[in-house]
Amino acid sequence: MATMAVAEQKQVETEALITGAEAMAVACKLADVDVVTAYPIRPYDTVMQYITQLNADGEMDCEFIVAEGEHSQFEIVKHASVCGARVFCGSSGVGWMYAMEALTVTPALRVPMIAMVGNRALDDPGAFGTEHNDALAVRDLGWLLTWVDSGQECLDTTLIAYRVAEDPRMLVPCAISCDGAFLTHSQSLIKIPSAEQVKKFLPPYDRGNLLMHPDNVISIAPQVNEDWVMEVRKQNFAVTERSMDVIREAYTDFEKIFGRKYGNPFFEEFMTEDADVVLLGMGTMSMPMHVAIRDLRKKGIKVGFVRLRWFRPFPAEELAKCLSRFKAVGVVDRDFSFGSPYLSGVVATEVRTALYPGKGPKPPVLGFICGLGGREVTLQDVKTMTDKTFEAAEGKSVPLTQWIGLRD
Amino acid sequence: MGQLFAIEIIYRGVFQKTLAKNICRGIVLAAHNEGKPGLSFGRYGDSPERNGIPAKSFAIVATDDETLEKGMAQYEPKQTDVTVVLDDSLCKGLESWGWYGVQTVTEHLKPGATLIVASLEQPTTLLKALHTHDKPYKLGVLRGVTSFSGMWVFKDDHTDVRILGAIVKALPELAKFSSLEKFISEKLKNTLKVTSARTAFDKFSTIQVKPGTGNAEKLEHFDLIGSSAMRLGVSIPGQGQGGPYPDPVTKQAGGFRPVRNDKLKKATTRTLRPVVNFETCTKCTLCWLNCPDGSFDVTPDGTYDANLEACCGCAICEAVCPVPDCIRMVPETAFTDSASQWEAFRKDKAAYKATLNKLVAAPSAERSHGYRFKGQYKDQAAKALEIAQQG
Repeated sequence: MATMAVAEQKQVETEALITGAEAMAVACKLADVDVVTAYPIRPYDTVMQYITQLNADGEMDCEFIVAEGEHSQFEIVKHASVCGARVFCGSSGVGWMYAMEALTVTPALRVPMIAMVGNRALDDPGAFGTEHNDALAVRDLGWLLTWVDSGQECLDTTLIAYRVAEDPRMLVPCAISCDGAFLTHSQSLIKIPSAEQVKKFLPPYDRGNLLMHPDNVISIAPQVNEDWVMEVRKQNFAVTERSMDVIREAYTDFEKIFGRKYGNPFFEEFMTEDADVVLLGMGTMSMPMHVAIRDLRKKGIKVGFVRLRWFRPFPAEELAKCLSRFKAVGVVDRDFSFGSPYLSGVVATEVRTALYPGKGPKPPVLGFICGLGGREVTLQDVKTMTDKTFEAAEGKSVPLTQWIGLRD
Repeated sequence: MGQLFAIEIIYRGVFQKTLAKNICRGIVLAAHNEGKPGLSFGRYGDSPERNGIPAKSFAIVATDDETLEKGMAQYEPKQTDVTVVLDDSLCKGLESWGWYGVQTVTEHLKPGATLIVASLEQPTTLLKALHTHDKPYKLGVLRGVTSFSGMWVFKDDHTDVRILGAIVKALPELAKFSSLEKFISEKLKNTLKVTSARTAFDKFSTIQVKPGTGNAEKLEHFDLIGSSAMRLGVSIPGQGQGGPYPDPVTKQAGGFRPVRNDKLKKATTRTLRPVVNFETCTKCTLCWLNCPDGSFDVTPDGTYDANLEACCGCAICEAVCPVPDCIRMVPETAFTDSASQWEAFRKDKAAYKATLNKLVAAPSAERSHGYRFKGQYKDQAAKALEIAQQG
């Protein structure tokens, strides 16, 4: 029976050579998204271009609105979403920051918008390369935040994001972060599921009594005083408490329907079983990590890699349990957090916080700032960071934050 | 560990972007017919492209997924099995606005790798422009005009599949011709294109190029300074004001030459350059006023000399010049240096005039948007297709 089910899946799946951004556009088509808003900025714009093409080719049927700036872009989908439309939008770098006011209001209004963030360095200096500070700017606001590392994961995560964000227990926005260039501009062979499979996985968007409609007259976002704000915040806090279970359910169903396994939804472990130390990071740095770690393993150096997939919610307990198995952890941040504890990056700070209350062993956590502005994380960089993490494992005194691959 | 193949396509921005992308897709999909995984991508730093600016696209293919990951772990391939040049004016080298100076097109060729140039010239002619490489390589010419295939209204002249035919001939381990044929018939659904690919496959041949053969021009090298040596505040010091400069014959200073940034220079960005007839120039100032890059020097004579380290070849000067043929845009392939035209004129007027007459005698090329070609509209496509079918 099981083999038959797999054979059926193969028949309905097709394959296409498309970029990660294009894969997200295809996911929007499969999810039958109703309203898409756009404002061009690299590398996000690759997704809006492909959605336009799918619309023009008659493959997709959505309202496609080009706004006059990112702020309006996110405002328009916010309003469409409360009126019951499934929506998609996105931006990059300073475009995302320009939308900030609109981004802050969506979680409280319970708007399940899905946004693609094509990660890009914030100006100045003007640059196109990947840096994660853009998406991370909403990390405290109630957005769900996830990082993907392949074109296939772009497509799959978009479907999962709709399922999670629109779940009646959730109704919050979700940003999917794709590293500029590596995912947005490279074409790989991607398996595209059938519309029927997607229908099975993703129920229609239903806001229930939060729908703004003449048959369901409601008023949204009144001005309030101090009597109300904390209670509203607590509602979003309650969502974050539930979110890990909802995400886990979505991945379990995804695997059942589409046959692709992601294992632990929150982080992915690579060669960690017998590792002495691990490096940890987000996004496409997994490629050089895998290649360099395979090389290092051949020399008997027991290092592994943990790729954090969901940053919000942050899987603190699970991750702490995982990391306590190792003698030291090197967190590779493709971001900065100037003035933060030990002057580390955002992820290193979060990982240390996650470890602190745990009862298990607390390995030293080194922070590495690497690959900013799209600079290549080289195999040599991975080797250097591994060496330094081993030094910490041996109890040597090592600076807690180090910049790797910098011309000093 | 399996085998990893890397192919790089060097092309002129915007005009040839779709063509380069289609070739890279063809490589990956043809190899995929043999079960090989692959990836195709444009050079991120090249985009957004400007008209005609040199740019690159890549395809990497491997015999297994783990080996492919090795290729994906790099920002872009540093060692290629095949490099393709889609516009022979790029044989002089390429510069993108994201780089520092000119790179040679041969730079990334592995020992024994193949360089394919789409051109109507002979390999020996192209070798005059191609910079020397420290490894032996093979050079093959795919006969054809510079193609805009796949772009907007331009007719498909089959350059995509012809290049693919030449690539699988040069690198049989990548994919067999039958796998390419399967891709063309199934995905492009065009039997004429199969013939064009086969003709290219059958006729493509190469010559051996020994290390050190070719253009010996030394290219500028740039050392990037470190964080502590850089100025603060993302600031760049301004340039001096400039002033008079000497006449090479009389040594008398005059005119005006602005100080230009000695690092940010134009070179192969241009496909055309303005050639000035200093004898018919009326000193009207229009070229100097209208040049968007401020690339004209006011000579001690009061005429205007296009400084070729500043000129991007946009042809606005030619358009605004009121004197017939006083400024004429000429394809870059006619030149080997970027020296001052006015100095050449001052040193030897007769020789300058002879060169000028030769250059201007040729009818002005049909062009589009500052590019040295017009592209394959309906009437141009016939010739290209004839070459495609017959080789």
